[in-house]
Parts: sequence; structure tokens; C-alpha cells
Amino acid sequence: MWGRFRAMLGTTAVRLSALYLALFAICAVALVFYVTAISEGLLRSQTETAIHSELREISRIYQVRGMAGLVRAIERRSRQPGANLYIIAAAQGQIIAGNVASLQPGVLDDEGWTTAPFIYERYGDPEEDEEAHRAMARIVALPNGMRLLVGRDIGEPEKFRGLVRQALAMALAIMFVGALAIWFFVGRRALRRIDHMSQASRKILAGDLSQRLPEGGSGDEFDRMSRSLNTLLGRIERLNEGLRQVSDNIAHDLKTPLTRLRNRAEAALVSTEDAEGYRHALEETIAESDQLIRTFNALLMISRVEAGSSVAEMGEVDLSGLAADAAELYEPVAEEAGVVLSQEIAPAITVQGNRELLAQALANMIDNAVKYAGDGENSRITVRLEGDKRTARLSVADNGPGIPEDRREDVIKRFVRLDESRTKPGTGLGLSLVQAVADLHGGTLVLAATDDSDAERPGLRATLELPAGGTK
Amino acid sequence: MSTYAPSRTTGPAGQPEMAQACEGAGNAAKTDAMKILIIEDDLETASYLLKAFREAGMTVDHASDGDSGYFLASENDYDVLVVDRMLPKRDGLSIVSGLRASGDDTPALILSALGQVDDRVTGLRAGGDDYLSKPYAFSELLARVEILGRRKSVREADTVYRVGDLELDRLSHEVKRAGKVIPLQPREYRLLEYLMKNAGQVVTRTMLLEHVWDYHFDPQTNVIDVHISRLRSKIEKDFDAPLLRTVRGAGYMMKAGD
Repeated sequence: MWGRFRAMLGTTAVRLSALYLALFAICAVALVFYVTAISEGLLRSQTETAIHSELREISRIYQVRGMAGLVRAIERRSRQPGANLYIIAAAQGQIIAGNVASLQPGVLDDEGWTTAPFIYERYGDPEEDEEAHRAMARIVALPNGMRLLVGRDIGEPEKFRGLVRQALAMALAIMFVGALAIWFFVGRRALRRIDHMSQASRKILAGDLSQRLPEGGSGDEFDRMSRSLNTLLGRIERLNEGLRQVSDNIAHDLKTPLTRLRNRAEAALVSTEDAEGYRHALEETIAESDQLIRTFNALLMISRVEAGSSVAEMGEVDLSGLAADAAELYEPVAEEAGVVLSQEIAPAITVQGNRELLAQALANMIDNAVKYAGDGENSRITVRLEGDKRTARLSVADNGPGIPEDRREDVIKRFVRLDESRTKPGTGLGLSLVQAVADLHGGTLVLAATDDSDAERPGLRATLELPAGGTK
Repeated sequence: MSTYAPSRTTGPAGQPEMAQACEGAGNAAKTDAMKILIIEDDLETASYLLKAFREAGMTVDHASDGDSGYFLASENDYDVLVVDRMLPKRDGLSIVSGLRASGDDTPALILSALGQVDDRVTGLRAGGDDYLSKPYAFSELLARVEILGRRKSVREADTVYRVGDLELDRLSHEVKRAGKVIPLQPREYRLLEYLMKNAGQVVTRTMLLEHVWDYHFDPQTNVIDVHISRLRSKIEKDFDAPLLRTVRGAGYMMKAGD
């Protein structure tokens, strides 16, 4: 518990609230002191003014009626309810008249304002009243060494100050307790969430990349942090997955041709006797190696494209020109394969992207179409580009046997080749690259039947949908 | 391509210096004077390249690290540099950019095991003239080195290319064989122009794809072959002597006679 508390004290939230509390308390105290000082000054000056005016009256009475009149006036005033303090003292200090029973010694020694409040006792004060009364006064010298004191009790302002101080102490105490409670709940809650987060991240560190940090759904800072970390994790996981897939692919799909290559060379070494035979074996070896290199390059390219836009320079690409070029590049090949390649390309469509990659993606799409739509009469391929403000759609459609709906997802995966196509040359990576290029450009690859009504030859339309504005 | 040479007015026929198009008979004679430097740290690859380039009739030097490669390249006068991109002590790009900075514009071909997407661009930006990613076929490398080495002597200013009785006028875009005009599609014209510009040299399929279509990927199928055979049928159909030859395992070459 103590450890937890200490850990809580260590959190930023708690430190910040402690700081706020301290600042607030200092301000409150300063304010209270300022207010009391001001009101005290006000009360004092009121008292002074009152005493002053009373003294003026009394001195007029003295001038007119002499000492006897003065004493009478003092006696009369002393008996009024809520009266001020009055003393007429002889030269030796005995009190001749007034309403003060006793007072702090030495108060009457100096003329003028008393420098500090003094303690006195009044006639008629209850005996049990232990509390000392305080007052301020002005002392005036009379002839014959006699003294006149006119003063006023300052118990009221003193009491007021005491009350304010008490209220302040109370408020501070309540604030402190409240702050402690808030610290405890807020801090503990924050601590628990951070604990959860660090537990989850430990699991992730241990290698379980499918773990995600908890998200509370309240949209606070913790949630926002969790969310961005989760996005980051998702990306890392995808990249990692891609990498793992590449190494799996290398293991499965590159080993086979490598083994074939090796076997062929070995067989040639063992059984071939004439130069022509060696030559033939070597040529086959080279052809096989070329195919391997091709596969290897395609794989590397896909993983680099999947790694993101940092590897490919993006710029404005004239998609219309690119499509026309690609159609023109493949038209003779299609013709040789007995396929009519036609183009329906809308002019002046541009996207943000990498020209090389887009060209290669389109080339792969056309290449596929030529390969798989090739047999049969009236085979045709259409390269079409259309677009509106938001999307550019680049499609290659054929009227060949198509791909069954449930296999369309599969053919995009690496090295997946449908059984019917195993006999055709190819790496099984063509559409994977198209997919990767689509992803890189923030677009999608859609495979669909060209003509659903024709069960024999539904055909395939591969559409690359790209944001027309483009992504950077 | 925009060079407007004054020789136009004199007409394409019978200019002696134009006959250069069909010079060179056979690889050995053609590359006699070519001197190249290979900077490659893998000794096995290097010795294979040395042997193969020597067999192709070239004089070859070799450096096995970046520093000595840079030293040799800046001290000697080579026709072509073949530079591996990743080298000990100093990497290939820095060698090429260093040479360019000191005013040396010897054509350089950069070899790299890195992928193709944008490494090519950085390679060419550093001052490389050509870029080939590993693994490559030697025939491809040889063809590219030969073309680079010859680049100095190719007269860009020529307005007419000739191979045998075939002539291509770069200003009027007219192609004639034995005086008879052969109509060509724009792309076929560019294909022929590139082949004739490098007449006597082997031109590979990837080089054609790069220079005629400006694509740098492997088309995987025989797209180029089909374009070539179309072009061939146009320029050779009614004539006896073949001009556009297939070089087995390498590519194509424009050459007249035997």
C-alpha cells in the first residue's frame, strides 16, 4: 500500500495537482492577509477619527467650563451605553474620573497616540470575564501634570481577524483533504491504466504482436495514446507478417526450383557424355536460374512496395498515357496469342503515384489476361480507364474462363496459382504485386466476373481503383 | 533528339562519315580499344567478370575496395567504370559522385543487389549512367558496357542513321530501304531508331524496354520479341539481306552483311 502510494506520488498527475494545490493555497493565504490588513487599517482609521473628534469636543468643554466641567462631562459620557474609554488621571497616575478600572501600566506616560493596543479593565465588566480587553487611545496632557485619555476598544476588529484566520485554516484543511481524496482516486485510476498498458506492452515485447493496448473508449489522453500505439502495432504486425510470408515463400517456393536446378546439373554431370548434351543441360540451367531470379525480384519488389511509400517516389502520373502505352506494348503479344486487345481510355486522368509501379501493375494485369483468356474463339481483352473527381478506375477485362468467386481472394496471395494455370509460365506473384501497388496508392484491387450471364466464359475483370486526387 | 544538324541540306546520300553505322565486324574487333575498370569486392565475381570482359576483347582493371577504386578511376583514363554499389571503405555511389564532382565524366554503370524501385533513381542521381541490379546475365552487362563505352563516339548530331541499304532520317522521321519508303508506327520508329543508333552493338530486351518505352521492370513475357518481329517483318519482308539479327541469349543487333 505504501509502495503504491509512493508510486502514485511519483505520477505526473499527482505532482501537477500538488503543485496546483500549493499555488492555490499560497494565493488564498495572501488574499486573506491582504483583506484583513486593509480592513484593519480601515477600522483603525475610523477609531482614530472618532477619538479625535471626541477629544475636540472634550477640549472645548474644558476651555469653557474648566476642570470641574471636564470631569462632569467625562463622568456623564462614561455612563452612556457602549461608551468609549475615558480616564482623567492625576500627576501620580491615580485615576480621578472615567470608566476604566485598571490598565496596563505605563500607558499614560507618553502623550499622543498609544503605539500599541493596551490591556485595560472597565468598571462593570463581569468578574468571570477572563478575556483581556484591548484598546487604543490618545493621551492628552492637562495642566498640573494631569492626563486625559480617550480611547476605544478594538476587540471587534481583533475578533474579526481571528474569525478570518479560522475560516482560512478551515478552508485550507478542507482543500487539503479534498485534494488528497482526488489524488487517491485519480492517481490510482491513472496508475491502474498505466499498469494495464505496461502489462500489454510486456506481452507484445515477449513476441505476441497480436496483442493490443487496452482502450477505454472515453477518448482521453490514455485512449488516444493507446489508439496511436495500436495503429503503430498494427502496421508493425502487418510488416512482420509480410516478412514472415516472404521467408515462408522462400522456403517453399524457391527451394523447389532450386532443387530442380541442382538435380538437373547433377544428372547432366552423371549421365551426359557429349558436348551437345552439356550445352543443352547448361542452357536449361540458365533458363531455370533466370526464372528463379525473376521470382526472387518479384518477391523483393512486393515486400518493398508493401513496406510503404518511403521506398517509392510519388508524383503526378498521367494514367491515361500510361494505360495507352501499356495497351500498345501488349497489343502485339495479345494478337500473337489470338486475342483482340482493345482500349477504352478516357483522356487526361491523372493520379498521384509512382509511374513505374503503376505501369508494372497494369502490365501484370494485361499479362494475366493474355495468358488466361487466350484460348478460345473471339477472345478479347479490354483495357479501360475511366474516372470521376474522386476515383480513377483502371480495368483489364477478358472473356476467358474467369476465376470462381470463392477463389478470387486466393489468387491475390503470393504463389497461389489455380490448378488450371499451373502449366502456364509465371511466378504466381503477378496479382500480389498489383495488390501491393494498389495498397501503396491508397486504392484497391477488385476482381469480378465480366459477364455473369455466360456460364461458360464469365471472364474476369481486374480493376485497380485509385484515388484521383492521389495520396502522398 | 532535338539536335538540328546543318548537314541536312547536303542530303542523306553518300556522306562518308555516315557510313560508320555498319562498322565493326565481330565483338573482338569492335571492342579493341575499350578499357574498363571493375570495382567489385567479391573476388569470385570479379575474376569471373575480368575473364569474361577480356574474352570480349576489352582491357580490364580491377579494384577490390572503394578507396583504391576511386584512386584508379581518377588516375587513369577508362572508357567505362563498372561499380558495385556496396563496397568496403567507400561505397559505389560516393565514388561516382566524387568523380563527377571533380569533373570526370567517364561513363559509369552501377551494379547493385538492392531492389529496383527507387535505388535506380538514386544511382542515376549520384551520377551513374546506367544501373543494373544483381543478379544479372553477363550478356546484359556486356551489352550495356559496350554501349556506354561507345557513347562518346556516337554522333548524336547525325541526322541520318544507316545500316546497309536501310536509312532512317531523324528529322523527317522517314525510313527507307533501298530508296523505298517503309511506313512505321511511331513506336516502331523509335525502336528502329534506338537499334540503328546502336548499330553493331548488342541491344538487350530490357534496354529496349528502358529506352523505347521508358519502363524499368521485367516484362516477364516476350512483349519485346513480338514488337521486334513486327518491325522485322516491315523492314525485311521484301528484301533478301537480314539486318535485324537475334543474338541468342542476349538480345538484338542491327548489322548489315556478314
